[in-house]
Amino acid sequence: MLDTLIAGVLRGNVYALGAVGISLVFGVMNVVNFAQFSFFGLGAMLTWFFVARLGLSFWLALPLVLVVCAALGLIINAAVVRPLAKFLPLAAMLSTYAVSLILDNTSQAAFGANSRVFPQVLQTSNLHVGNMRFGTADVVMLGITAGVMIVMSLFLKYGKVGRAIRATAQDQEAALQMGIPVALVQNLSFVIASALGGLAGIFIALYVGVADPTSGLETGMTAFVAATLGGLGSLVGAVIGGFVLGILESFGIYFFGGSADQIIVFVILIAVLIIRPGGLLGKVPLISSEPLTGTFLGKGRPFRIPRWVWPAALAVAAVIVPLIGNDYVLSTGTQVLVYAIIASGFTITAGQAGVMALGQAGPIAIGAYTSALITLYLHVSFWVALPLAGLAAALIASILASPIWGVKGHYISIATLGIGIVIVAVIQLIVPLGVQGIPWPKIGDTVLFTAQDFYFIDLGVLVLTLLVMWRIRRSHLGRVISSVGADEVAALASGVRVRDYKALAFAISAFFAGIGGSLLAHQYTYIDTSIFSMLMSLVVVTIVILGGVNLPYGAVVGSLILIGGLEALRFTDELRIVVYGLVLILVVRFRPGGILVRNS
Amino acid sequence: MSPGGVRPEGVRPEGVRTEGVRRERVSTEAEELLQVVGLERHFDGLKAVDGVSFTVAPHEVVSIIGPNGSGKTTTLNLVTGTIRANAGTIILDGRDIGHADTARIAEDGIGRTFQNGRVFATLSVADNIEVGIHSTLTASRPFRRLSHVFLLRWIPLLAELFIAIVGTPASRRERTAIDATIDEEIQWFQARLGPRRDDQAYTLSYANRRRTEIARALALKPKLLVLDEPTAGMNQSETAEVLEQLLELKESGQAMLLVEHKLDLVMTVSDRIIVMDGGRIIAQGRPEEVRSDPAVIEAYLGRRRGLGGEVLA
Repeated sequence: MLDTLIAGVLRGNVYALGAVGISLVFGVMNVVNFAQFSFFGLGAMLTWFFVARLGLSFWLALPLVLVVCAALGLIINAAVVRPLAKFLPLAAMLSTYAVSLILDNTSQAAFGANSRVFPQVLQTSNLHVGNMRFGTADVVMLGITAGVMIVMSLFLKYGKVGRAIRATAQDQEAALQMGIPVALVQNLSFVIASALGGLAGIFIALYVGVADPTSGLETGMTAFVAATLGGLGSLVGAVIGGFVLGILESFGIYFFGGSADQIIVFVILIAVLIIRPGGLLGKVPLISSEPLTGTFLGKGRPFRIPRWVWPAALAVAAVIVPLIGNDYVLSTGTQVLVYAIIASGFTITAGQAGVMALGQAGPIAIGAYTSALITLYLHVSFWVALPLAGLAAALIASILASPIWGVKGHYISIATLGIGIVIVAVIQLIVPLGVQGIPWPKIGDTVLFTAQDFYFIDLGVLVLTLLVMWRIRRSHLGRVISSVGADEVAALASGVRVRDYKALAFAISAFFAGIGGSLLAHQYTYIDTSIFSMLMSLVVVTIVILGGVNLPYGAVVGSLILIGGLEALRFTDELRIVVYGLVLILVVRFRPGGILVRNS
Repeated sequence: MSPGGVRPEGVRPEGVRTEGVRRERVSTEAEELLQVVGLERHFDGLKAVDGVSFTVAPHEVVSIIGPNGSGKTTTLNLVTGTIRANAGTIILDGRDIGHADTARIAEDGIGRTFQNGRVFATLSVADNIEVGIHSTLTASRPFRRLSHVFLLRWIPLLAELFIAIVGTPASRRERTAIDATIDEEIQWFQARLGPRRDDQAYTLSYANRRRTEIARALALKPKLLVLDEPTAGMNQSETAEVLEQLLELKESGQAMLLVEHKLDLVMTVSDRIIVMDGGRIIAQGRPEEVRSDPAVIEAYLGRRRGLGGEVLA
């Protein structure tokens, strides 16, 4: 038991460091910083490089890593995040994701993709108190963290710059008016956060004994949850959240086994958010501020699309592409179409209801598994399974999401992310080995299995999806859901039951996600849970933001650019995600409202 | 403004019926439209509203005035359910709404605007008003009686979705009625909002956003219209215009509860004025009574030194 507690404290230690960085940046910039995740992996790899490759001493490598991470953080913030945060925090969040992709893949290209054994620089079990064993490494890690936290809190409380950071976190505008160099404060916060991320990365390597360039995402996710748990923007909360999560996670694994890991993390998070919607130490204002001024999500007028474009686009998609495209183009086309279906169904949640749900991979997975299992074992026809998959996804996702609709702002994004991850983790528990031999669709006795067949099926479903979304948008219901996204308090005062309409929007999006999942499953004929990753959820969100968060047809354009573009870059293979990340940053930088939306 | 400045009952186009939606009265003995007794709300120990009781009669215009921080807006937020009261009862038209949620209170017949204005920024003026009509609709919202029942609320939600995608003849008729009502509400501010019917609200001027908000609140055909500083941030001519419109509304028999700082407007439009200070009501009565009440003068201008026997050293 005590060993488990120690293991928990050590895990918590890493999470706390990461969470403080995330909370700090969120506080002063109001941006969720995914790039922070990459610093965990980067910190670990750099230490490995300095110690194992260059043969430097660990105590020399440690400050070197921190300096490199800090410098990188400064560059990232000055070049990418800060210019965007001024326009739209959401765009900035996306760009940090792009940065994270670039960092991870550059690191992979530089150090190689496989994980490296980290040399044992410090003893790991040379000490004991009673029958509790631990090592110098553990003492050093906890000691450094304690030191960092004490210095940080003194700095924030009494330091001149520390005070400036706190002032900026409370009210950026007012801080600027009082002559606080907000730009400097933000840069500094980013630098501190990056260094902390690097430090956490070193600790991961020390603790696990393995350095892995992609280890960042999962640890980063948990650190992020820790920051949310404590209350985004609250540094004490971040530390508490980190340790609470680390310890509970350790005990959870002790009792339920390692596969329960993520389920535990997110169940804790969702439970806390339901009881305290602003996290443990965060405060949610009684009435959200009146958004008369300031920036609105989805502000900006979409470009007027001439009527002839629609039949023309349909003709190109239904006639010209199948005629001139080869199998490769068509199978890329099916991917584009499926993501367009999922994303255009998602616009009602993300755009109209204003809930930036981050866990769409969950309902997609439900759809895929439902369809795969009932066609395989119950011999249901694909054409029946397809709508059933959508219904199952909508039903299960709605039940799981039902407690969270009172949660507000960024927290609801995190809660939905949690739901998505929990869904996939539970599926992994139930169906551990994946499903293979998923039958192809049939019409009569004709089996549909070519790229062209799937292309037409997907196109048909997409047209139906767009039609439904168009009908909803034009209806009274559509306006009511839009009002929920625009201003909840005013919507309530107009007699609109806000929570119900959010739930309905989410159910509609989950339905189309399930449909998309079913289509994917029958094209792949083999699925396992690794397909339905967090990356998939983020891709859906990215598509929607690229196309314009409020435009169902924008999702088609977004999907073309993102899925099609990613495919088109395949010739550079290793660098394609880097190139893609750069393109994403540029697009978001110059069209923050979406490709089809005029800048305002 | 519609013919003759009057807004008689029954001008509502066919298909939009309000009566069928309203639930039965709890009692019929109450003559007052709104009856507030012993209302209390504190924030972390600060008593923002401390035992406030007042009434609003049908067709009456009541204004609440008082210095900043005296609890006026909090009182409005309590009456409209935007904030929950710690104690006290609120009875609207014979029905206790003290524990109802905000949406229910809106359905029961209170429409409101907010202190600094809250429009749906990304929706057009017409769509803003359409959302206001929401609580009066029937054909677009089948089974809406179930909409506050646990789990069964999904029946009206899915029915609404069906109406949105497929539609019924009744819902198509209601659609026409909705458009007619939107036009009717825009009529109130025809010169200002007419040309901007399809503009997104965030592109409007401040004053036009306030007008849109008032039109949206009126669209739910409220028994009681609650206005929180409708002329805040407006210049003199705009204020005069709002005064004109409030008088027209009053003429048409609309009951109103108003918080406002501009005393000229308050004195002109109100039947009765309630003066608050420090979370309590310190005076109330007809405008001319309140105007000369020493407690009111004291609250607004401060205590006169050396007068009234109390010498401050």
